[in-house]
Amino acid sequence: MRQLRNILRLGIKELYSLRRDVVLLILIGWAFSVGIYAAASGFSVDLRNAAIAIVDEDRSQLTIRIRDALLPPEFKEPVLISFPEIDPGMDTGTYSFVLVFPDGFEQDVLAGNQPEVQVNIDATATMQAGIGANYIANIISQEITRFSAELGETTSLPLELVTRFAFNPNLTSSWFSSVMELINNVTMLTVVLTGAAFIREREHGTLEHLMVMPVSPFEIMMAKVWANGLVIVVAVAFALWVVIETMLKVPIAGSIPLFLLGTTLYLFFASALGILLGTIARSMPQFGLLFILIVLPMNLLSGGETPLESQPILLQSFMRLVPSTQFVSFAQAILYRGAGFDIVWFEFLTVTLVGLALFALAAHRFRSSISTGK
Amino acid sequence: MTMRDAEKDGDPIVAHVAGVSHAYGKTKALADISLDIPAGLITGFIGPDGVGKSTLLGLLSGARKLQSGSVHVLQGDMSDKSHRSSLLPHIAYMPQGLGKNLYMDLTVHENLEFFGRLFNQARAEREARIEDLTRSTGLFGFLDRPAGKLSGGMKQKLGLCCALIHDPDLLILDEPTTGVDPLSRRQFWSLIDRIRETRLGMSVLVATAYMDEAESFDWLVAMNDGAVLAQGNPVQIKASGHAESLEEAFVNLLPGNDGKSHEPLTVPPRPDSIDGKAIEAHGLVQKFGNFTAVDHVSFEIERGEIFGFLGSNGCGKTTTMKMLTGLLEPTEGEAWMFGEKIDGKRLESRERVGYMSQSFSLYTELTVAQNLVLHAQLFQMPPGDIPPRVEELTKRFGLENYLDDLPTKLPLGVRQRLSLAIAIVHRPEVLILDEPTSGVDPIARDEFWKLLIDLSRNQGVTIFISTHFMNEGARCDRISLMHAGKVLACAAPQELIKEIGASTLEEAFITYLEDATGEHEEQATQPQLALAVETADVADAQHAAAQTSFSLRRLKAYSIREAKELLRDPVRLAVALAGTMVLMLVFGFGITTDVENLTYAVLDNDQSVESRQYVESLAGSRYFSEEPALKDQTELQTRLRSGDIALAVELPPDFGKDLIKGSVPEVAVTIDGAMPYRAETISGYVDGLHQTYILEQYARVYGEQPDLLSVDIEPRYRYNQDFKSVYAMVPSVLALLLLFIPAILTAVSVVREKELGSITNLYVTPISRFEFLVGKQLPYIGIGLVNFTLMALMAVFVFDVPIKGSLPTLLLGAVIYIFTTTAFGLFFSTFTRTQVAAIAGTAIGTMLPAVQFSGLMQPVSSLEGVGAFIGATYPMSHFLLISVGTFTKGLGLMDLSANFLALAPAGPLLLAASVLLLPKQEP
Repeated sequence: MRQLRNILRLGIKELYSLRRDVVLLILIGWAFSVGIYAAASGFSVDLRNAAIAIVDEDRSQLTIRIRDALLPPEFKEPVLISFPEIDPGMDTGTYSFVLVFPDGFEQDVLAGNQPEVQVNIDATATMQAGIGANYIANIISQEITRFSAELGETTSLPLELVTRFAFNPNLTSSWFSSVMELINNVTMLTVVLTGAAFIREREHGTLEHLMVMPVSPFEIMMAKVWANGLVIVVAVAFALWVVIETMLKVPIAGSIPLFLLGTTLYLFFASALGILLGTIARSMPQFGLLFILIVLPMNLLSGGETPLESQPILLQSFMRLVPSTQFVSFAQAILYRGAGFDIVWFEFLTVTLVGLALFALAAHRFRSSISTGK
Repeated sequence: MTMRDAEKDGDPIVAHVAGVSHAYGKTKALADISLDIPAGLITGFIGPDGVGKSTLLGLLSGARKLQSGSVHVLQGDMSDKSHRSSLLPHIAYMPQGLGKNLYMDLTVHENLEFFGRLFNQARAEREARIEDLTRSTGLFGFLDRPAGKLSGGMKQKLGLCCALIHDPDLLILDEPTTGVDPLSRRQFWSLIDRIRETRLGMSVLVATAYMDEAESFDWLVAMNDGAVLAQGNPVQIKASGHAESLEEAFVNLLPGNDGKSHEPLTVPPRPDSIDGKAIEAHGLVQKFGNFTAVDHVSFEIERGEIFGFLGSNGCGKTTTMKMLTGLLEPTEGEAWMFGEKIDGKRLESRERVGYMSQSFSLYTELTVAQNLVLHAQLFQMPPGDIPPRVEELTKRFGLENYLDDLPTKLPLGVRQRLSLAIAIVHRPEVLILDEPTSGVDPIARDEFWKLLIDLSRNQGVTIFISTHFMNEGARCDRISLMHAGKVLACAAPQELIKEIGASTLEEAFITYLEDATGEHEEQATQPQLALAVETADVADAQHAAAQTSFSLRRLKAYSIREAKELLRDPVRLAVALAGTMVLMLVFGFGITTDVENLTYAVLDNDQSVESRQYVESLAGSRYFSEEPALKDQTELQTRLRSGDIALAVELPPDFGKDLIKGSVPEVAVTIDGAMPYRAETISGYVDGLHQTYILEQYARVYGEQPDLLSVDIEPRYRYNQDFKSVYAMVPSVLALLLLFIPAILTAVSVVREKELGSITNLYVTPISRFEFLVGKQLPYIGIGLVNFTLMALMAVFVFDVPIKGSLPTLLLGAVIYIFTTTAFGLFFSTFTRTQVAAIAGTAIGTMLPAVQFSGLMQPVSSLEGVGAFIGATYPMSHFLLISVGTFTKGLGLMDLSANFLALAPAGPLLLAASVLLLPKQEP
């Protein structure tokens, strides 16, 4: 009872401190509104504005039609270049794709000679290269089919392939990037918020002062967890309902309350991590370095940026223990695929267990980190 | 009035101040001050904290930028930049705070060396001077000790040596003896006297809060509230204040206090009713590593007693108090409170103690009233009792007018009263107060003591207080004299004085200190000051040398200093080197855009030969791994939903029959679209496999190729035939990490000096901003190059990504790039004020552009809007192309000349911007 009261009061104090910290509030406000909106609408992981050039030695009706079919937003307007310009253009990264139509291309097509179209792909732009090559191949065959259809020749396939994308039929990338940005921001802000606050209070001596009062480290930490957690959960709920669902028009398949429950568990983990880093770092610069060392990989490797399955097995199995991976996984399951508790309970459990372990470790280090902090 | 006019009037003057006002935001520090300071004398600036003494000295030294009015020092106008830089070699300035201009990680010798280099002294001269100075100050035996491990008094002596290394004509000392033990204080002043004997004509300006020190100065300027109250020699000041002592005279001179004498504080005797011990300590020892902070300290404090700990900063007072509050576990020894052994984990015993720490520990974001209420609640006071208690305390401590203010807005004296109110809100039996009065003016200090006396005498509270003020020590019932972690003596103040046969407590303390350290004043004077030998010619020649516009030696001074500090901070060094390697490993393997190991399952509604053939064609792909087959549509949905499979393939009933009949059956493929990039890639794979299947079928049935496709599309994956992302990612990660780590490291380098105070050395020595910045940058460029080498080796040997292009080109690019990224961090460091802001700013300034706009994921050419602009100008985009170009594309310098041209200007531009943004004076 006494513990609960202390936790409540200290938490309210945390909320007051947060209210006075205008810069931090602006940062939080920005991260959960404009930040997400900008990330979702500005940057896309699918094919956009790919720089393409064409060496057209045929200059026929067909090659012009293919050129015209390479349209924005997937492609930039194709640039006509000459053969010797291919290498420097690709070396400097000016063009990601260069098509080469040989002389007599159209005639050969009509004659059924199967002429060769060379598609040069800058394979160092890995994300674009594969998808782009596929797009280009499809566009070329479509245009040729259409061209031959106009001339009265029909070709038919013996077997149709019908591809359907579940959960995101048009593969709108903002559906994906908005939620992933939300997750990244939750991790980043929670860790910074609790960790930096811990260090600041230690430097100001207020933590030390708490330790001579009848308050235990457990109470102090729980107060920080619930107060900062509350703020972030509210911000997440706002971001989900207003920014992601209403403004970005991302349909949310599953239950938002279930997602918020998961987020709360994740916040417990993230605040515990923040405090733990705070007890390890002896100064703010050290905290900054530690933060980058820990949070950057957590964000980049959790499956929110690049596919998890492609990582080496060792790293993959380690990352599966990291709660940010679990968070990404259950966020996708709940929000896009409409999964229920029966599907995501294991992820919830993992996040909670890792959170508890870090919390216990932080509590263990708490006292000694304060008295030797100076 | 010009300088010459003033001199005509009679005495020569060293500085002339006319109509100077200065403000920090809305707070006025100096209000229209005009003043002539006589040359060749010791001039003292007296007055409590926050009256503008430091500001005035800062303006006189040139450390602070003049806002309005004019200041002439040594015949020069301080607002004239060229004058000022020619004056700097003649002035020495020691800022307030113990060792503020020193570098704590550097040894005594290294600190002195650093300052010698700043004044352009060659090695032989420097070494000779260092030996002279350290021999005459008694530091010679400690040349190899880090400044951070010196006692307060020794730090100040070292600070003085650093100030004197260039033979200044004007020495400016801002509270040089605050917090220093009385013996060191006395030694400090006799040292100054001796130096003045050898350097006749040197003027000394001193700010001090100790009135007894000021008695011996030649000339005094009494200040209050940003204005000059009076000036003259000590006798004149005392006369105009109608008082015997300077302290009283000062109080009398305060406006609104006309002639009404300030009542001296008296402590009523303690009633004799002794009812046992409040605190007992036996042989307390506290060690931090191999440093012993507290060395076998024992004492007993009776109930209701005011017990004082008297000693200099860093002598172990705070550590002892922390052990009594349970904050620190003693390394050895035991302590009891009210007969119970002190245990930091017992919450109940904490209710009997009130603690006030040196930093006051108030919640700056809560109002005065909220602070009081929160603490009452945390001590579990019944809710009904809290409002009356808060009201009672506000009244008694005079806080009524401040209830809704934030603590940071309060004057220091009020903040101190609030801290005390908070410490006693739960009516503790014992109060532990750690230097509660430092930095507070004499009147407020007396007010505070009245409250303490009331608590002790009328409420029976035991008070354990630490202080470095002798007159406060004299007010305690009993005191303990502390030095270097040891108790020298413990008794009532009068007894201590009597025992030694001294007249004041200060004298008694000095005697005890001399006995303890074996260091007598006469011994310190033994070595003759060799400085006297020096002629004026040498000094002048040296001053001229110090004025050159660029000096490699000054630049080197900062490079060496920065490098040494970096090498002695294991955490920063470890993160810089090991951290980079770990991140390289993790990102190099982890960030991969290859889509592989995709799980899929088949719902085969036909189960014919043809359908099984189709399924087998999928299973043969290296991208896919098959999961158990699906039974029905429901299972298909569930397994997609749970993320168990990324792809479901459904074959219709009669698939085989329809295929043979030619009635075109449909294969339905459902792809998990949660991650669009992955879904898109999967779709491409499936398309390809589907085509292959058709072609194989066709060939089998008809024995020839179909003319389905009229063209042969031949993709050429250039530079990376296997199309593995590692060949692109590893060189990209190298570019990414060479941005983050060096930038974060340099981001704190300048702002750290701002926070620690050593930035003053930039303001008051001849170093130029360019020398300062580049000097700091060089060691980090070195670290960056080591990082680069390590990562390049890892790329080749760990990731098997060979350097196909020109190695020298890559190296050249790396050097230019590291120069740029370190300049990037410096840039953020120059205009931010705190290390946190610098780190946050650098993180924001690097993270987003680096990950999203520099070509790591998407080629820069495909960005649009702001992203495209950032991508085109951001240094990382260009180095990324150089790195990928030399590693994977097999390019050389000529092929990449465009990228080099784009990368090259960024570094010099950032450095130039930093030079412009970094003020050479404190604003």
